[in-house]
Amino acid sequence: MDPIIATFIEENIVPNFNYWIYVILMMIGLYAMITKNNLIKKLIGMAIFQTAIILFYVSVGVKDAANIPIISHHGSEHHQMTDLSSETDSTKEIHNTIDKDKYANPLPHVLMLTAIVVGVSTLGLALAISQKIYKSFGTLEEDEILNKLRPGGHD
Amino acid sequence: MTEHFPVLILLVPLFGALIVVLLGRERPDQCWVTSLISLGVSSLISFFTVIAVLSGKVQTLRYRMGGWPESDGYEVGIELRVDILAALVVFAVTFVGFVNTIYSKTRAGAEVRGKVPFFYALIQLLIVGLCGIVMTNDAFNLYVLIEITSLTSYALIAMGNRRAALSSFNYVIMGTIGASFYLIGVGYLYIKTGTLNIDDIRMVLEQKNLWEHQSIIVAFIFIMLGVWTKMAFFPLHGWLPNAYAYAPSMTGTFMAPLMTKVMVYVMIRVMVWIFGNEFVYSSQPMWGEIVIWMSVLAIVAGSLLALARTDIKKILTYLIVAEVGYMVGGSWLADGVGQAGAFYHILSDAAMTFCLFIAASIIVLRVGDSRVNAFDGLFRKMPLTMIGFTVGALSMIGLPPTCGFFSKWYLISAGIEAGHWGYVCALIFSSLVNAVIFFRIFERAYFGKISGVKEDHFPSDSDANPDIRIKEVPWSMLVPLFIASGSVLLLGIMNRSLFEWIQAALKMMNT
Repeated sequence: MDPIIATFIEENIVPNFNYWIYVILMMIGLYAMITKNNLIKKLIGMAIFQTAIILFYVSVGVKDAANIPIISHHGSEHHQMTDLSSETDSTKEIHNTIDKDKYANPLPHVLMLTAIVVGVSTLGLALAISQKIYKSFGTLEEDEILNKLRPGGHD
Repeated sequence: MTEHFPVLILLVPLFGALIVVLLGRERPDQCWVTSLISLGVSSLISFFTVIAVLSGKVQTLRYRMGGWPESDGYEVGIELRVDILAALVVFAVTFVGFVNTIYSKTRAGAEVRGKVPFFYALIQLLIVGLCGIVMTNDAFNLYVLIEITSLTSYALIAMGNRRAALSSFNYVIMGTIGASFYLIGVGYLYIKTGTLNIDDIRMVLEQKNLWEHQSIIVAFIFIMLGVWTKMAFFPLHGWLPNAYAYAPSMTGTFMAPLMTKVMVYVMIRVMVWIFGNEFVYSSQPMWGEIVIWMSVLAIVAGSLLALARTDIKKILTYLIVAEVGYMVGGSWLADGVGQAGAFYHILSDAAMTFCLFIAASIIVLRVGDSRVNAFDGLFRKMPLTMIGFTVGALSMIGLPPTCGFFSKWYLISAGIEAGHWGYVCALIFSSLVNAVIFFRIFERAYFGKISGVKEDHFPSDSDANPDIRIKEVPWSMLVPLFIASGSVLLLGIMNRSLFEWIQAALKMMNT
């Protein structure tokens, strides 16, 4: 292999491979959404597109050799504190004792739970709409639908 | 009590939607009253919010959802934030929703037969989503609310005829691309700043001086592209005309004035609150130039496309595309007057688009034909409707004392101050084109011969003479039209004080 390409791959693609995969998946989805003629294929493209973004977010929260963020001792110590005024100090102390490099960042995962729900409902709604289109036009091919509309004052 | 207003504005229509769905099974006739009450209460609360924010005691209402305590570092929970700008837009949204519900009294049963409860539930959820977009102070929550409004509006549009289903499908594709781009932008911001609260993002960006970083620039571009797709900024406008023209009339009258304007508000908020004027205008001077020329293109193309149409609803939808160009251009003119003018145009454009869409829907309903030819002699047959239509049309052209004149005045003077003559010319050109479009209609309506028209949807009037057959609509449609045209005039008369409030609020943020 050409050494320039090899160094390019080593320096740019390997360390950031998660971004590359998300961009490639996103482009596949975008391509399908824009160019495909069949409405269901467009929706498959849309699902790939949304999944690519979910992958992007989830990969952002990953750390090397990190565990799932379940902190067992945090809650119990927290309950022992009865004095409200010293609570903030104590939680700060605990935060300091937790080694944040040992735990994956949970927030992007939680955000993506919401985004998955949004994606599922968008897909469900779009499938329902395409069902309505199929019932009234008898086809799901976009060019055939547009042909059927043409005589009736297509704008 | 005042501190709970932001969340009450959201909760009342949210529970209203649930009640309407439950009621719909047994008592579908009660749905209209229920949603009228819930939206009335919501708009009343937002009116008091405007007063509370204006009275000066609390300039910014903050509400922490779920009662998360104020921490010394980052904001943990989702925060609602209402200043005068948000309060005005929220009041516009809820009030238009309320008035539109009055309009839908007879139309809902006729146009979405059998789905009336779902219509009222969806429209209330749409209002919840729009108010949430305006009030939320959390960048990811903003994405979720954008998707809530999008999902409800896809469903509302698809309730129309078969053309509506097809245009709704196109809207799903475009809308998903837009919202996803926004989400990617937020992701990049999160990577660099580690927070999602809009104020905190700004704080971290300033503290760590991340302005020059590539991720921030990419985030800004992605967010802008996403928001532009959602607001139908010119090359990305493809979904809008068909979706709004073929939707059921009471859906079109609600979404046309509000959806694009709320997204313009999001754009101004992202520009001013997250990134700040210095980053947007100064760090990359080419951007402003490019975006303003794009908006010039949007204004000219929107006006010309409107001029080429003969269908009244299509004309109005293409005019929305041109108006979006006004607002984007105005907010990118690097001075406070342009931003404030664009913001004032959000309100005035909502009022006049609402007015025109109601009038056009009434006319299409009565005449049974949406082409411009159908306007022949309408001033004699439906004088009240045509008065409302005229007020909206004059505002679109820009004649005082309507609000359209003043918003154009502020935008043009901002363009002159910034020395951007292309934008000024585009605004004047669009005014002239609007004059041609609407005076063509006025001419037909005043002097046109009454031709034989199809019978209307109310065949009770058995007179054979078509001259008398077309008559005024019931009060439930005329009252909203007059409220809308009245607010066009009111916004115009109040322009000075409104503009000063907007400028003060924007200045407070920029310094």
